[in-house]
Amino acid sequence: MSIEKFKKLVSRVVPLPIENVDTDQIIPARFLKAVERKGFGDNLFRDWRYKKDGKPNEDFVLNNPLYSGEILVAGKNFGSGSSREHAAWAVYDAGFRVVVSSFFADIFKSNVLNNGLLPVQVPDNFLSEIFSTVESDPTSLFEVDLESQTVRNLKTGSSVQFEINSYKKECLLNGYDDIDFLISLKDKIVSFEQA
Amino acid sequence: MEAKTLFDKIWDGHVVSQVKDGPDVLYIDRHFIHEVTSPVAFLGLEKRGMKVFRPQNTIATPDHNVPTINQHLPIKEELSRFQVETLRLNCAKNDIQLYSLDHQYHGIVHIIGPELGITQPGMTIVCGDSHTSTHGAFGSIAFGIGTSEVEMVFASQCILQPKPKKMRINVEGKLLDSVTAKDIALYVIAQISSSGGTGHFIEFSGSAIRSLTMEGRMTLCNMSIECGARGGMIAPDEVTFDYIKGREYAPKGEEWETKLAQWQQLKSDENAVFDVEFTFDAADIEPMITYGTNPGMGMGVNGTIPTGENLVGSDRITFGKALDYMGFKPGEKIKGKKVDYVFIGSCTNGRIEDFRLFANFVKGKKKADHVTAWIVPGSKKVEKQIREEGLVEIFEAAGFALRQPGCSACLAMNDDKIPEGKYSVSTSNRNFEGRQGPGARTMLASPLMAAAAAIAGVVADPREI
Ligand code: SF4
Repeated sequence: MSIEKFKKLVSRVVPLPIENVDTDQIIPARFLKAVERKGFGDNLFRDWRYKKDGKPNEDFVLNNPLYSGEILVAGKNFGSGSSREHAAWAVYDAGFRVVVSSFFADIFKSNVLNNGLLPVQVPDNFLSEIFSTVESDPTSLFEVDLESQTVRNLKTGSSVQFEINSYKKECLLNGYDDIDFLISLKDKIVSFEQA
Repeated sequence: MEAKTLFDKIWDGHVVSQVKDGPDVLYIDRHFIHEVTSPVAFLGLEKRGMKVFRPQNTIATPDHNVPTINQHLPIKEELSRFQVETLRLNCAKNDIQLYSLDHQYHGIVHIIGPELGITQPGMTIVCGDSHTSTHGAFGSIAFGIGTSEVEMVFASQCILQPKPKKMRINVEGKLLDSVTAKDIALYVIAQISSSGGTGHFIEFSGSAIRSLTMEGRMTLCNMSIECGARGGMIAPDEVTFDYIKGREYAPKGEEWETKLAQWQQLKSDENAVFDVEFTFDAADIEPMITYGTNPGMGMGVNGTIPTGENLVGSDRITFGKALDYMGFKPGEKIKGKKVDYVFIGSCTNGRIEDFRLFANFVKGKKKADHVTAWIVPGSKKVEKQIREEGLVEIFEAAGFALRQPGCSACLAMNDDKIPEGKYSVSTSNRNFEGRQGPGARTMLASPLMAAAAAIAGVVADPREI
């Protein structure tokens, strides 16, 4: 089995300048009842995206036709709270391949990586720059290059490097799957158990 | 020899292999599963044509979705029923021990593990649930994982995990009257913020921590995830060993002696180095309550809601948004605010001691008429104990009814939802927007604070009632 490969992406961004977005906001618990990995994207940010009567909330960025793209940019401490991988699935299923923030919660970060979604952690000032660039021109393009670990604001030309564990980088570049890797270690695991 | 922390000792002893410049392959001793985060992992395994590698090390219970009344009837809501049924089928197919709703050991996953003696010092424990950190109270490394990682454990009894950094939090001195482990937790999170522990694993120590019962220690470690940490742990001692001894899955006879000798070695070396260390004075901790929409937004019950004046930029926007959601204004007193619902339960405060504390407080008093209270034991065993100890009679005389075990209003996946705009004082662990139901306004607090709120009908200081 394999995950979707990721190398380089040039895209507009969807800005969500809110901090401490927890997994209950990303996908509320009442939408976790499926037993298959299907359809979570429709409920991404459900309670912000839809009004109580089920109609789209036009003030919310995902409903604003000005914004689109495969890069979600959020305020710091994104993904705190529950370990629900449904949050990563929802972001992915809604069409995002990259999430940019100045800080990610631990479990969320490993969950997105395990699903072929790239978490890009940038300094606070770079994050603010992204928000202001998009605010002045929603069509601004950004480039995320995994090979060189850089994210570039194509409007202003400024760029920063981001960190990623080299093992995870290999996995994403090549579409490798962790579980295949673990299964390949079975002999080692069995001798560990016997030691 | 290099001085090691307790965390290092256990972690290093479980590394099967190291990936160059990558994560460790960590062996997992105990794996708990529930109905919400396991089905997709079972499906993944099936697609690979595999079965669970070490089924005897996995324990299952349905808890998130289950109703807390009439559990003998089929679950009404179709999706919930299907998820619970899927868990049953998957466990049967893979020979996994399941404590289903009708089992005498049924309960919330993080309550039953310790209660049955499955959780033991020195173990590595995971579950597709962030509050797995609860089990760290026994001196084990316990943390929540995502569904992909659940599948890793199913397939190999291992997960790939980078080693977190180490933090020590010391709480020294004597706790004030009416201050509980929950207050310590809310205090620490308010001090270091809801992301202050990110990337770290915490060891709690100090005389105030040592003085806690096992139940209190579980409450504290349970909440360690709410400051962003991967988990929290407390070195095992006599309190730990006494708690475990004699439980269903505890080692017996000679094996007990061998294990005990090992467990007694489990502590951080004297000069072990932590990446970060904090020390707090127990006497500074008041009975706590939260006023905002993350667990770090907490304060003493007699405090005033901060003005947020010193905040700038997006911090300020986020703070304002939280107060708007809660319907609170900067500078207001929280004491005296009307309370509509009280929830006592969850893996944070759903153990027998919590109900004793609550019962002791409400005994001979009456619940405020306008308050709806949900009293939800964490497990069947806790429920049984509540009945045997005569707490039910106390509850009933004071106007409360006892429900059946489950996660309930902690995350409102079942029918126990706080209605929109209503205020709840809750002994659970998260006050996120909508956590207890769409539009619900949650104030986190201890069972004692919850009891005071239920009697007074407003946020109240238990020492004044
Ligand atoms: S009681 Fe709440 S926090 Fe605990 S396992 Fe259930 S839903 Fe999670």
